[in-house]
Amino acid sequence: MSEPLLQAVDLQCERDERILFRDLSFSILPGTVTRVEGPNGSGKTTLLRMLAGLNDAWSGNLLWCGKPRSGQREEFLRNTLYLGHRPGIKPLLTPLENLRALTAGRRPLPDPLLRQALDGTGLNGFQDVPCRNLSAGQQRRVALARLLIADEPLWLLDEVFTAIDASGVTAIEDLLQQRAAEGGAVVVTTHHDLGLPGMQRIVLGGGAANEC
Amino acid sequence: MNADCRPTLTLRQDSVGALAAMQAVFTRDMKVAFRQRQDLLNPLLFFVMVVTLFPLGVSPEVSFLREAGAGILWVAALLSVLLSLDHLFRHDFDDGTLEQLVLQPQPLFLLVLAKTAAHWVLTGLPLVVLTPVLGVMVHLDGNSIGVLCLTLLIGTPVLSLIGSIGAALTLGLRSAGVLLSLLIIPLYIPVLIFGTGTVASAAEGAPVGAYLALMGAFLVLALTLAPFASAAALRISLSNG
Repeated sequence: MSEPLLQAVDLQCERDERILFRDLSFSILPGTVTRVEGPNGSGKTTLLRMLAGLNDAWSGNLLWCGKPRSGQREEFLRNTLYLGHRPGIKPLLTPLENLRALTAGRRPLPDPLLRQALDGTGLNGFQDVPCRNLSAGQQRRVALARLLIADEPLWLLDEVFTAIDASGVTAIEDLLQQRAAEGGAVVVTTHHDLGLPGMQRIVLGGGAANEC
Repeated sequence: MNADCRPTLTLRQDSVGALAAMQAVFTRDMKVAFRQRQDLLNPLLFFVMVVTLFPLGVSPEVSFLREAGAGILWVAALLSVLLSLDHLFRHDFDDGTLEQLVLQPQPLFLLVLAKTAAHWVLTGLPLVVLTPVLGVMVHLDGNSIGVLCLTLLIGTPVLSLIGSIGAALTLGLRSAGVLLSLLIIPLYIPVLIFGTGTVASAAEGAPVGAYLALMGAFLVLALTLAPFASAAALRISLSNG
């Protein structure tokens, strides 16, 4: 798999009568980490939601494995994992139940594996506590547990380091790097100073955008 | 964080079947609802209160209640379904689970159908179950109560299904309540007219088959069209989020 997983050609997005970016083209190759950067309000989250297929208010072309994405929506969704800045965690359910519900529609896994993933994010002992009793960081860790068991080749992670402590941040950085080494593609938006070797950067902001 | 439980990396060609995914959505919604029981009781209490207050407020006379009873129950059921609609997608929208639902690799209308089914089981079905008790309270005879239950059994899923369109459309708005009612009430009116019409016809001893067939047609229409509309509306609402 050396051809690009996802290819963006001349993307343009307008929001509230303001052009966030135009003529934005880039390729997401397997085995790479891509960081979307830019100041607040420059359209990082919007770009990621566009890539994930949540936002349809854009023009340009998005190619999945070389073919227009619009014709193969299910193939695309099956192979893409999106974590938004709203973590997708139900406060009334326990971490285990949340993880089970989130994976059930993609790849159901037996409970021991789910528990192992939750342990892996440092949630051992909290697996059966309702999530509303957990801290913001712990709730995010429940969502991050999905990364440990996800087999989707493309990950789109929005502000993945929010509310995570220092050791957690290092662990996520390691995970992303390991993921890229395995051949996965990762796109992250973050204000955190992420410095992975070989990282592709997409810089947004100031109305114009360019790829570095 | 170690990741030794992950398989090797390939593009996946198949995924979980739609039925299994629908079941997962349904069970999650049920589980969440039963962790928050007061939300479940709200529409039911409303239903009981309206029906109880009517005889007190208007007239406790048997002749009046017998005539108006079915209408009172139907209106109360309709309003209590309406009352619960805003919760259908709102919590999921706020905590981000709706985004994950939309991004699941199954057809969205089926997942929306599963959510709507859960909504009906949690709000519509309890109303149907309570109806015989309240029917006796407003002096309906046995036959009318039977027909009333039947119309509600067919009618409340229609209310949930149509309501899901409105709930999905108004999701992005901060105060959706009034707009939701304005959008949905006109679509509820035919269901209400035929629902109460069936019971009135039964009370006169006339055959109700044609009425019930029409109600059934409403249900089939809503079942086949509403999930598509709701799914499209959800995509639009999330697109702005």
